[in-house]
Amino acid sequence: MPEDKTIQELGLEEYKYGFRDPEEYFFKTPRKGIDPEIVAMISKHKNEPEWMLEFRLNALESFLEKPTPQWGGDLNELNYDDIYYYIRPMENQGRSWEDVPDDIKNTFDKLGIPQAERDILAGVGAQYESEVVYHSLKEEWEKAGVVFLDMDGGLREHEDLVREHFGTIIPPDDNKFAALNSAVWSGGSFVYVPPGVHIDIPLQAYFRINAENMGQFERTLIIADEGSYVHYIEGCTAPTYTTNSLHSAVVELIAKPNARIRYSTIQNWSHNTYNLVTKRAVAHENATVEWVDGNLGSKLTMKYPAVYLVGEGARGEVLSVAYAGYGQHQDAGGKIVHAAPNTSSLITSKSISKGTGRSTYRGLLKVHEGAESARSRVECDALLLDENARTDTYPYIEIEEKKVSTEHEATVSKVGEDQLFYLMSRGLSEEEAMAMVVNGFIEPIAKELPLEYAIELNRLIQLEMEGSVG
Amino acid sequence: MLKIENLHAEIGGNEIIKGLSLEVGRGEIHAIMGPNGSGKSTLSNVLMGHPRYEVTEGSVTFEGQDVLELEPDERAKLGMFLAFQYPSEVPGVSVANFMRTAVNSVREEELPPMEMYKLLQEKMRVMRMDPKFAERYLNEGFSGGEKKRNEILQMLMLEPKLAIMDETDSGLDIDALQVVARGVNEMRGPEFSAVLITHYQRILRYIEPDRVHVMLDGQLVTSGGKELAEELEDKGYDWVRQEFGSVA
Repeated sequence: MPEDKTIQELGLEEYKYGFRDPEEYFFKTPRKGIDPEIVAMISKHKNEPEWMLEFRLNALESFLEKPTPQWGGDLNELNYDDIYYYIRPMENQGRSWEDVPDDIKNTFDKLGIPQAERDILAGVGAQYESEVVYHSLKEEWEKAGVVFLDMDGGLREHEDLVREHFGTIIPPDDNKFAALNSAVWSGGSFVYVPPGVHIDIPLQAYFRINAENMGQFERTLIIADEGSYVHYIEGCTAPTYTTNSLHSAVVELIAKPNARIRYSTIQNWSHNTYNLVTKRAVAHENATVEWVDGNLGSKLTMKYPAVYLVGEGARGEVLSVAYAGYGQHQDAGGKIVHAAPNTSSLITSKSISKGTGRSTYRGLLKVHEGAESARSRVECDALLLDENARTDTYPYIEIEEKKVSTEHEATVSKVGEDQLFYLMSRGLSEEEAMAMVVNGFIEPIAKELPLEYAIELNRLIQLEMEGSVG
Repeated sequence: MLKIENLHAEIGGNEIIKGLSLEVGRGEIHAIMGPNGSGKSTLSNVLMGHPRYEVTEGSVTFEGQDVLELEPDERAKLGMFLAFQYPSEVPGVSVANFMRTAVNSVREEELPPMEMYKLLQEKMRVMRMDPKFAERYLNEGFSGGEKKRNEILQMLMLEPKLAIMDETDSGLDIDALQVVARGVNEMRGPEFSAVLITHYQRILRYIEPDRVHVMLDGQLVTSGGKELAEELEDKGYDWVRQEFGSVA
């Protein structure tokens, strides 16, 4: 069998602990850390084709070689050997509602999350009861030829299509964490939209939620064929309790000519996790890709959704909201690369810092020679909610073409004493007044989200500000 | 309804209000007139509880309750309202959204959305404001006149028991002035009191005051009926200074 051969090549002819069946061994004594054996087990467990196993193993090499980046947030406490990269020990899997921290439970109450969802979000692992809703939508999509599966399923059922595109937008050696994800990825979505098909209802990842999909190393690939439209929503706003200390996802989007993809995320991982994500899209002729990116949780997030405009007339937008509360660092922004003429782009970043929170805007605008008549606008606004809050801006601008127009605006503001007084004089408490100011600050981005997400985003920020979450 | 006794207030170590006393009864409209620097705005800010000002002596009671210990929102809930001279901008928050939150903050029971909508439309009609105005972001890009009208619109929506109007007439043309006056006169009644703080006599032609006071150097130096306002218009503030001096 091909898998055995590979294990042999790795020098693991004998199973170390005397178990006959490697899978049984693996599940009975899961261990931390990463090595070729673990990667091989993951691939074998999923019954993957040989090329994917090779892909993973090459990526692992890349991961082990590359140093931890020092230019962003502080990653020096991240201990790669102290992480379960695939299967967690039995104790964790048997987690019950009682084990979930009180503040998370309280937030669920305040947000009115139904019990079934709470179980999922808390990693307790129950099945989501709205499968019924999902199934009827699924029928409609299937009739239109839309493929919406988890990534494992995508690889199984559409191997050729996946193989053609997987890792082409974000090569495994792009950066250390893309390499890691490429080695141990599990879960995530595979979406294919046929030419001319417009999907009106947003595709939502949580429809398919199960314990694995809430994973640390999700891998998503979305292909929008010519003239199609899809809006994909990843995750949800409720705080996601996890013992995982590292989340490292990879998302690749391909928008073929005249297609449009909008990808929205509100991330709210618990405050003990590192959230290091690589998201990149390629937009062909007259195609549009929009990233709507909300970062509320995690201890440190490093995420710069990117759009590479490779076809004439393509457009890319990144709308980013980040909230950094006590002890948090949101290092976010966007990257736009203009590699064709008549392309346009917009980056709008709104960041909020409170207490010892630190929010950083890091953005790249690159215009290649030959990208004539490129038009770009970057607007990054920061709001500091109190004395110790901190914000930084690192815009990188590389323009290699003369006939372009670019604008860049950056503002930093505080909630003014007069502003607060004005609102409080109308009966709003100090918290309500602050929340209203913040609400207004993020409004240009919140209004791009579907209503229920916009409402949850606002409520969640309000709760974060009251200090009742995380 | 409002009783101010020997109020002293300062900012940054400078005393601005130097022993001011005033009583405003239920259903009464008072005007306070004074030149620049007399402390008029300071008075209105102190009454509403602006954190930057410190009260060093005296008391302010509203309906028998000491308000100096209360936060601005608590005072608003009691029924006090301040129409600002320079209203703050709140980007991204629509007038409608803001009104809804403010109205529900001061009411005991929340008003259902449809009722709220109808109320807002009705009051906007009184103030001769285009309904589209409700969609604009609070005070952002508003002309001076629009800001002042918006203050009065808020007053009509919040239905306070006491309205302090800080130079609401400044910068308004005749039409806007008349609309503002209409709004205030709409509220007039046995349960509504107002303190109109102004530089000019003009607005008092449209809103007839029950009492007129003159403020100089942080104190009220003289009071009278509405004829006092006319006399002041004729003779100017220097006359007041000579006649009544400042008792600083």
